[in-house]
Amino acid sequence: MINMRRSLGATYGFVERNWNLTRRYLGWEVVWLVYNVVTTLTMGLIGVDSQGIVGRDRVLYLLIGALLWTYLSVLFQIMGETVAWERWEGTIEYTFMAPVNRITYLTGQGLFGVTYSLVRTAIILGITVLWFKLDMSQANLLGGFVVLAVASLSFLGLGLLAAVLPLMSPERGPQATHIIQGLLLLCSSVYYPVTVLPGWMQPIAALNPATYTLDAVRAAWINGVPLADVWPLVVKLLFTGVVLVPIGLVVFQIGERYALRTGKLKRNG
Amino acid sequence: MTIALEVIGAYKTFSEEDDQNRRPWWRVWQRKPRRQIVAVDRVSFAVRQGEIYGILGPNGSGKSTLIRLISTLLIPDGGKVTIFGRDVQIHVQAVRGLINRVSVDAAFFKKLSAMENLNYAARLYSLDVREARRRAGIIMERMGLESKKWNSPLENLSRGQQQKVAIARALMTEPRLILLDEPTTGLDPKSKRDVQDFILEVRENRDTTVILTSHDMDESERLCNRLAFIVDGKFVAEGTPAQLRAQHGGVSLEDVFFAVTGKSVESEAVAE
Repeated sequence: MINMRRSLGATYGFVERNWNLTRRYLGWEVVWLVYNVVTTLTMGLIGVDSQGIVGRDRVLYLLIGALLWTYLSVLFQIMGETVAWERWEGTIEYTFMAPVNRITYLTGQGLFGVTYSLVRTAIILGITVLWFKLDMSQANLLGGFVVLAVASLSFLGLGLLAAVLPLMSPERGPQATHIIQGLLLLCSSVYYPVTVLPGWMQPIAALNPATYTLDAVRAAWINGVPLADVWPLVVKLLFTGVVLVPIGLVVFQIGERYALRTGKLKRNG
Repeated sequence: MTIALEVIGAYKTFSEEDDQNRRPWWRVWQRKPRRQIVAVDRVSFAVRQGEIYGILGPNGSGKSTLIRLISTLLIPDGGKVTIFGRDVQIHVQAVRGLINRVSVDAAFFKKLSAMENLNYAARLYSLDVREARRRAGIIMERMGLESKKWNSPLENLSRGQQQKVAIARALMTEPRLILLDEPTTGLDPKSKRDVQDFILEVRENRDTTVILTSHDMDESERLCNRLAFIVDGKFVAEGTPAQLRAQHGGVSLEDVFFAVTGKSVESEAVAE
């Protein structure tokens, strides 16, 4: 019980720390938000035809792709760059020698990541709906957000797997996480259906949780499909998350031991 | 007398790219040649509870590696480290709850204020945040850090002021063993004096054991009960300052260091 209370306190500590950092880097937050809004609007404008008529479904298809990619990539980055970011701040050794187990640390990071990404996505969604004057009265908004929440688990797991790379290679690891992020974007239906991908890439897209997330959210937000009808996709996402998170944790701990053995926790170790 | 820290035959090597023996650029399939560097070479020593034990040596002599081995931030290739009888490789979390460390580069979120960094530390160490802040406040005031600085981003504070916050952050968790890794390097004379005075106060008033690394001989003589010289990862002499002077001759510890190693610690520090 005491251990549970301590873990909760430390988890809150990571969330509070990240919130304080977000406030202190407010200027950058505004920059990134504006950038995300602009790219999302740009993608949406591709769906407007030459007469200026907004094709609701086409615009929404692209907007949802851009929005969800923003959500999933921010979450993936928060997890995947956890180590690289603490190393850059110079706090990695302080954090890693505290009497807090890694699951607590990563839970705190993940909790903040999900909340932060959801808030950003909601802001961008609001702005784009107003910009395109989209009729969302038939959309199952809540259902879409439930899918997002479930999908977060899978992306937390993928983020954990990527987070190990900067632990193992301080120089090349952060770059490798960007390559993984790029491949997740390519092999999914963010901006196009997976059927347009070359045949050999389609099985990879079928393993990508982003594909199911996009299919389920598009069904809920474009067609107003109730959650019960996209339940098979939600179950797939849940299953992927339940498998990926423990694998991510184990791999992270193996990576940490490697870093402690080779002195790679700190660049000049 | 309780043994706070026992290091038995600690050994640590690192592998690094061999600049002398480069791989031809076209042989991309071959692994780049590497060589092993012995950073800590079978070091053994024990420190009693309440002691200040100094580890002196030039830059690159293995001081910080040894501190990282003790503080669970590195896994040794050989040997054993115990803190209050607990093996640092087996009882990792328990050991982490007993120790704290101040490194030469104050490890902070520089955009956050001292108080925000202290809040974070308090939550990591399961402390009551108010009580932890109160304790840290007393220590910072004692070291002459004005309270108006406590809520400024740390990037706006001088190195000396940041180091005072780092010491307050470490001591507010009431560690039984504190590792001070060159805590006064690069500080102005006033800050250096403030930090040194506070370390002496810790020795007088608390039951905290201190491991201090330094290449400042005067500082080590002033603060340490016992000390060891480390060169190329090996302990080459150990004892109280008076014992070392008696055994090796010389007026100052610098003379002793030169007599033992044939080198000057300051010139090595500058050279590196």
